[in-house]
Amino acid sequence: MSLISLKVNGKTHSLDVDPTTPLLYVLSDDLGLTGPKFGCGLGQCGACTVLVKGQAVRSCITAVEAVQGIEIVTLEGLGTPDKPHPIQKAFIDEQAAQCGYCLSGVILTAKAFLDKNPKATEKEIQEGMSRVLCRCFTHTRMLRAIETAQREMAR
Amino acid sequence: MKNPSRNDTGSKMAQGATDALERAGFSRRSFIKGTGALIVSFSMGGAIETLAAQNRPLVFGENAAADSPPSTEVDSWIAIGSDGIVTAYTGKEELGQGMSTAQIQLVAEELCVPFQRVKLIVADTSMTPDQGVTSGSQSHPANFNRNNLAGACATARQALLELGSKQLNIPADQLVAVDGTIRAKNDASKKVAYADLVAGKKFNLKVDTSAKRKPASEWTVLGKPIGRPDMAAMATGTFEYAQNVRVPGMLHGMVIRPSAVGANLMDVDESTIAGMPGLVKVVVKKNFVGVVAEKPWQAIQIAKKLSVTWSPAPELPKQETFYDHLRAQKPVRDTMLVNSKDVDQKLGEAATVVKATYLHPYQMHGSVGSSCAVADVQGDKATVWSPTQGVWHQRATLAMLLGLKPENVRVIFKRGSGCYGINGADAVTYDAALLSQAVGKPVRIQLTRKDEMAWENYGFAFTIDERAGLDAQGNIIAWDHEAWAPVLGNRPVYTYPGNVITGFLVGFQPEEFKPRSPAPEPTSFSNNSNAIPSYVVGHVGGADHGAGTIKSERALLHNVVSPFWTGPLRSPQRLQNTFAHESFMDELAAHAKADPVEFRLRHLSESRMIDVVKAASQKANWEARPSPNPHAKSTAGFATGRGISCVAYEGDNGFSSMVAEVQVELATGKVVVKRLVVAIDAGPISNPDGLRNQSEGGALQGMSRALGEEVTWDDHNVTSIDWKTYHSLPLGFAVPKVDVVLLDRPDLPATGAGETAITVVAGAIANAIFDATGARIRQVPFTAERIKAALVG
Repeated sequence: MSLISLKVNGKTHSLDVDPTTPLLYVLSDDLGLTGPKFGCGLGQCGACTVLVKGQAVRSCITAVEAVQGIEIVTLEGLGTPDKPHPIQKAFIDEQAAQCGYCLSGVILTAKAFLDKNPKATEKEIQEGMSRVLCRCFTHTRMLRAIETAQREMAR
Repeated sequence: MKNPSRNDTGSKMAQGATDALERAGFSRRSFIKGTGALIVSFSMGGAIETLAAQNRPLVFGENAAADSPPSTEVDSWIAIGSDGIVTAYTGKEELGQGMSTAQIQLVAEELCVPFQRVKLIVADTSMTPDQGVTSGSQSHPANFNRNNLAGACATARQALLELGSKQLNIPADQLVAVDGTIRAKNDASKKVAYADLVAGKKFNLKVDTSAKRKPASEWTVLGKPIGRPDMAAMATGTFEYAQNVRVPGMLHGMVIRPSAVGANLMDVDESTIAGMPGLVKVVVKKNFVGVVAEKPWQAIQIAKKLSVTWSPAPELPKQETFYDHLRAQKPVRDTMLVNSKDVDQKLGEAATVVKATYLHPYQMHGSVGSSCAVADVQGDKATVWSPTQGVWHQRATLAMLLGLKPENVRVIFKRGSGCYGINGADAVTYDAALLSQAVGKPVRIQLTRKDEMAWENYGFAFTIDERAGLDAQGNIIAWDHEAWAPVLGNRPVYTYPGNVITGFLVGFQPEEFKPRSPAPEPTSFSNNSNAIPSYVVGHVGGADHGAGTIKSERALLHNVVSPFWTGPLRSPQRLQNTFAHESFMDELAAHAKADPVEFRLRHLSESRMIDVVKAASQKANWEARPSPNPHAKSTAGFATGRGISCVAYEGDNGFSSMVAEVQVELATGKVVVKRLVVAIDAGPISNPDGLRNQSEGGALQGMSRALGEEVTWDDHNVTSIDWKTYHSLPLGFAVPKVDVVLLDRPDLPATGAGETAITVVAGAIANAIFDATGARIRQVPFTAERIKAALVG
């Protein structure tokens, strides 16, 4: 165990944890966050995604010691039900989910991608989402919501 | 846990209702069962009956638990609080399919209150009626017709009008229910609020299945595309899933499954983990091995380090020859669904006899989030938070597993990751409870990806032979269907914890396989998960029950013992059978040189089937001509084609038809689906946007299953254990355009909705590949290699 300093959703936390613990468990069990989720533990599905310095990172395979002191944003840190981020708002407006378990992966991967590629084409957006799984297959609505958000964010 | 009373729509149980119950000194169940609060005086049933008499079968939950709130009582479904909030209780769960939203709409509509004033309590054995499992497209028919929730609401509205009549001294036929009040039709000032009529009191009424439902033409809430109230919480990461449940003092578990299918535990050497941080206990019970630790990451590491020795296991049947193995395996259990006993004779008279064999692999539910549950077993009592599809089933079997009385076990449904059938939810709930019982503290466990995928109850593999005869005019005169499918275990229902892996590991046997051959002749009609093709008359017991016109018919199923656990996966058996029927129908149309749409219509009698076929083909601008398309092959090495398929889901529980448009790369066999058009008839549409969402998802999930998904194994183990080895289409594949055509049937009963679209996908795509290339693909999944082989062959 050792003392780790984590900066999550604008707050700094000092935690006594095994430094090799994957970030996901610290977020879920030490900080009680509900946004990032365990999906596969292998970095294959995206359900655990968080933003680290604006990059979409899979927290299930990222040791907590690797992200000490770096700004981390989770799905609940991106926006709230009262004040959602434009991507979150587009997902709500388009009803772009079924079970919703994958949404950290879908929305935060889209956020990182659009920030880097604000003028991406439909095809490029699909490619940008190529490593994210949704097993309810809400794909058409999700891609539509991302494009709606892209237009909104460009305004 | 942050908020134990929070329900599945993210809101609290209506405070007025809870208050009323507490004021009256009742728990929810004793409130319903009690005899002391008969305040509402319009009881038709008189005194509350004995428990046994109350235990009437539910429409879709036969053999309901004896102490379930009886489905025949209005009070089991509805309570009106002093604040005017209507609390409704349902056994049909929100699994991501929008069922909570639609049920709130139903209650708001029938009771004439705003959507926001309805609170829905979902699947909790301390509060909600036993409705069996939420599965198989049964929720819409169960709760949106005349029984259960809809019937209770209609009965309650009728009762409120009568009560208002007494209070206002105005005849009931001159009153209306509006916005939570009963008021005079011609004088809005003469009114009384529901809360003033019944707050905190019982209706003490039987559900009146003849109570007048509001006609669809008057609906203002039901039938509208109302957004899901849980959507904002999901999109902002604040929705509480089963995976997010945390209770005070909770520990974390992990399980160690056998080294191979059929291996037995030989030894557990705890010395390998001695002194590891966070270790609480190693739990061993027969073949069940688990560990409990203070933190989840500790539990994972301890489970990895723990030395466990297993016995050698028998070799699994070879995957390469598995479909033939099914056909040859003994013993068998045979079921005959229809048999006109003249099929061989008719085939002998036919101008053309067509035969084909279709193969479908085991597929998995593969939830994105592996299954997770929290259990708190203290002494002789247990509480579990579980994503199970059947809380009452879980309660009964968990009690067996733990050696507790069922009434001392409370199962609270918490939504998990989408399940699409029996994923690991029931097994992991057993895991959590066994570990909690061993340490006397609450334990949470979320399975590893491998433990989820290697041991779940897979959707059935199938080998299907189809034979049919055409007359000289190209009409089908006989159809013979013969299928082989392996089974092992199932849902645990009320008495079989051994139907899933964990129950089996602690010593419970799966439901016994009962050999039977030959099959007895059918005496009553069963569609048996679309074993019966849509195009035959389905003649049993002196009447026709089928959707088609072919009189000479036989449908025979052989079940054999599966080496792997099996259970319902979205459209169980119906999808596999329909893939075979609809592919074969296309082959017959090609032999008859007929247009596949016209050929289907020619052999159908059911008008709702005819309507969905017409609707899908019209929307897709279907060009009438036989397949394959003589002009399909382009110079660029790609061929395009279109195919159609359709289903009368379970014979009469929903209707769908799909047109698929595909492009095949001839050099590689790679298929790209360009467009899917699906027409759906689910009776009266309860929420058009929800139905669209389900149909779009069903279309694409069906496409993923048709193109890539297959459980694989080696000599001893399942080898499709993650997303690299089990091929689900990610968000980034070339997503086809999906068009959904909804056929509203306001005057017909509500039918299944969630599983109808997925059922027709594989057939539509296979038929489109044939149209494009002239090559027939008869084995799911349609990998590029298989298509290429079919192109060459």
